[in-house]
Amino acid sequence: MAAPQFEVPKLTGNIEVPAVKEGASAHVRSYPANAVIQESIGFPGGAAPGELVEGWHDKAISKMGDLLGRYRSLQVFMDACVHCGACTDKCHYFLGTGDPKNMPVARQDLMRSVYRRHFTFAGKYFPSLVGAKDLTKEVLDDWYAYYYQCSECRRCSVYCPYGIDTAEVTMAGREILDTVGYGQKYTNEIIGKLHKIGNNLGLPGPALLDTLEGMEEDMLDATGVAVKLPLDVAGVEVLLVTPSADFFAEPHVESLMGYAKVFHAAGISWTLSTTASEAGNFGIFIGSYENMRRAAMRIREAALELGVKRIVVGECGHAWRVAYSFWNTLIGVGAGGEDPFSIELQKQLDPRYPAPQHICEFTLDLIKQGKLKFDKSLNDHRVVTFHDSCNVARGSRMGDIPGGQFIIPREVIKAVVNNYHDMAEETIGEGTYCCGGGGGILTDDLLEIRVKGALPRMEAFNNEVQENKVNFLALICAICKSQFTKVVPFYGFDMSMVGGVHQLVSTAILLENKEEE
Amino acid sequence: MSFLTVLYACIFYAATAMLVGGLAVKINRYARTPAPLKIPTTPAPTTTGGVVFRMAREVALFESLFKSNKWIWLFGWLFHVSLLLVTLRHLRYFTDPVWFWVVWAQPFGKYAGFAMVAGLGGLWARRFLVDRVRYISTPSDHLMLVLLLGIGLSGLGMSFVAHTDIVAVKEFFLGLMVFDLHPLPADPVLLVHLSLVALLMVIFPISKLLHAPGIFFSPTRNQTDDSRERRHIAPWATKFDVGSGSKSK
Ligand code: SF4
Ligand code: SF4
Repeated sequence: MAAPQFEVPKLTGNIEVPAVKEGASAHVRSYPANAVIQESIGFPGGAAPGELVEGWHDKAISKMGDLLGRYRSLQVFMDACVHCGACTDKCHYFLGTGDPKNMPVARQDLMRSVYRRHFTFAGKYFPSLVGAKDLTKEVLDDWYAYYYQCSECRRCSVYCPYGIDTAEVTMAGREILDTVGYGQKYTNEIIGKLHKIGNNLGLPGPALLDTLEGMEEDMLDATGVAVKLPLDVAGVEVLLVTPSADFFAEPHVESLMGYAKVFHAAGISWTLSTTASEAGNFGIFIGSYENMRRAAMRIREAALELGVKRIVVGECGHAWRVAYSFWNTLIGVGAGGEDPFSIELQKQLDPRYPAPQHICEFTLDLIKQGKLKFDKSLNDHRVVTFHDSCNVARGSRMGDIPGGQFIIPREVIKAVVNNYHDMAEETIGEGTYCCGGGGGILTDDLLEIRVKGALPRMEAFNNEVQENKVNFLALICAICKSQFTKVVPFYGFDMSMVGGVHQLVSTAILLENKEEE
Repeated sequence: MSFLTVLYACIFYAATAMLVGGLAVKINRYARTPAPLKIPTTPAPTTTGGVVFRMAREVALFESLFKSNKWIWLFGWLFHVSLLLVTLRHLRYFTDPVWFWVVWAQPFGKYAGFAMVAGLGGLWARRFLVDRVRYISTPSDHLMLVLLLGIGLSGLGMSFVAHTDIVAVKEFFLGLMVFDLHPLPADPVLLVHLSLVALLMVIFPISKLLHAPGIFFSPTRNQTDDSRERRHIAPWATKFDVGSGSKSK
């Protein structure tokens, strides 16, 4: 690893609130998108990457007005903040950098000051009194810097007395930036690839098949059991949709093999789909309803084409948020829709199971029914802790009781390992810290903010390492996995300490060869 | 009728109109703007009853604020509860005969004035003492506190230092409500108090005081977590569904 160009925070044993250091992370900016990337997802591009399009001022203001009229969240959040300060020490990027514009309220104020100026009485007539500002190029530069230093993790929304969710403001900010040609290369390029090829990595069908076959051979060698990874098989019970990192990146693949073993052991037929191989939906990161819907639609199409009865989603945080919270809205996967659009799907899907289901929900059900056998001691070399992924913790649920997303993954872990410790109470569950790489930040050009933003999670993890000899950080999100493998070495840990919950399942599960049943 | 009485009558009619009209415009806008996606912050209630209970805890106990910062919670809650008691006590100037529970609340309301001022003082002190809060404070944040402190202190002044002719004040307001003007005492502390209250009413719908109605419309708090059981689709989003059935048909 080349020496970083920035100071890596020191672990102190406590999550400390830093003093305000103005401009401390103003220089951290990701590469803007060029016109080709912009246009591939329906936005304009300027002459050079990041250059604003003609008439940008009015276009931006009118987009803002449009969003204010379309999203109640944005309209209410622009008005309701009282500057109480309760959220100021809640964002991991502020805790890691001390830059005051990373305080959720200040991040919102970047937009709120323009909102006041253009959409409120007080801002029109008494701008300096209420902190209203005209929209200038400098303001947009600030938006670009600080809206891409927010992982849309929603931690701030838990602590705001009015539930003001900075992620909603960040999404609106990015959508407005996209509208005037100031998009981010990383996120927008990925969305384009997804639309064109079907997954975030741009992995075509034959390559996918090849990878899956390789993995089947590996599993056969390791276990002596022929565990299958079926692709595009029609008429099966389950369609599994998982982040495409599961097909080739470490430690992600370990979880994919874990899912396959669970299906195998339970004797449930399943398939992956070439056209819907990707669960990740980066459309949410830029707030674009249209892109989010278009990305989700592949899954609906695949489910109908393959005639599956159930849809299960693999280990991915924001993907699960989109799947759990938005799929029913966007593409009718779920119950209760009364339009022909959703009825068609409801007729096909098995009503005994919620649609979609999370892989942890799925596995725990099987464990409770006694359909899976484990030898927990196979995980005895591991002392495990669990990181609640931000988008699962605060944007979705599992199972049928509130907070199920905190209980279910832990129950799965405890069913397959002997040594488990939770991190400090205030750093998990609904108050969990983001890994620092979510929301469209997982790019090398933003490494500095990723490392610094991981600080609170690293503090809590390190305390477990010191006190309880924890050596494994279990995750249920592809972004968490990629982020932590990259970032933990900066804090002196080995990247092999990071892995998926189904990696643990994979280690402990007992398999038999299944002949044609 | 004295010029003063007519002036204050006009001020209060205008302030009331702006308060009610302004709030109606805003609330109407909040209510009419769709919430296209399910975004309740979890763990969220799965039933409507649960949502009502969650909202009640937020409004009455400031539950989220309690989780986030004990000092802000203490000062904020103290201020708001005191304000409520003080306001209830003031009902006696607008009702005849006075309801029994308003009579019952009098002593609490009277001393709550001190707690209200203390809460405001604490909130204001934070704006100077905590660097993060200093950074986010705008002039209007300070002025709002000054305004409320002014109202509280002038009110306390009349209760405990220089009493005003309460009977005449009551007659003025009762008369105001039926468009029958009665003279308002020309007591400077009273006039300051009333002017500040009118000012507060005017700026309410154009300021951050909109957090009061806003909280009830906040989707992260008022939505039910039932996205897998019920399709939730905004009017502007239904257009995407038209003619977009499956490819496989
Ligand atoms: S959503 Fe997360 S990253 Fe964004 S401001 Fe809030 S706490 Fe910070
Ligand atoms: S906690 Fe909410 S109301 Fe308070 S400053 Fe933050 S966003 Fe504003």
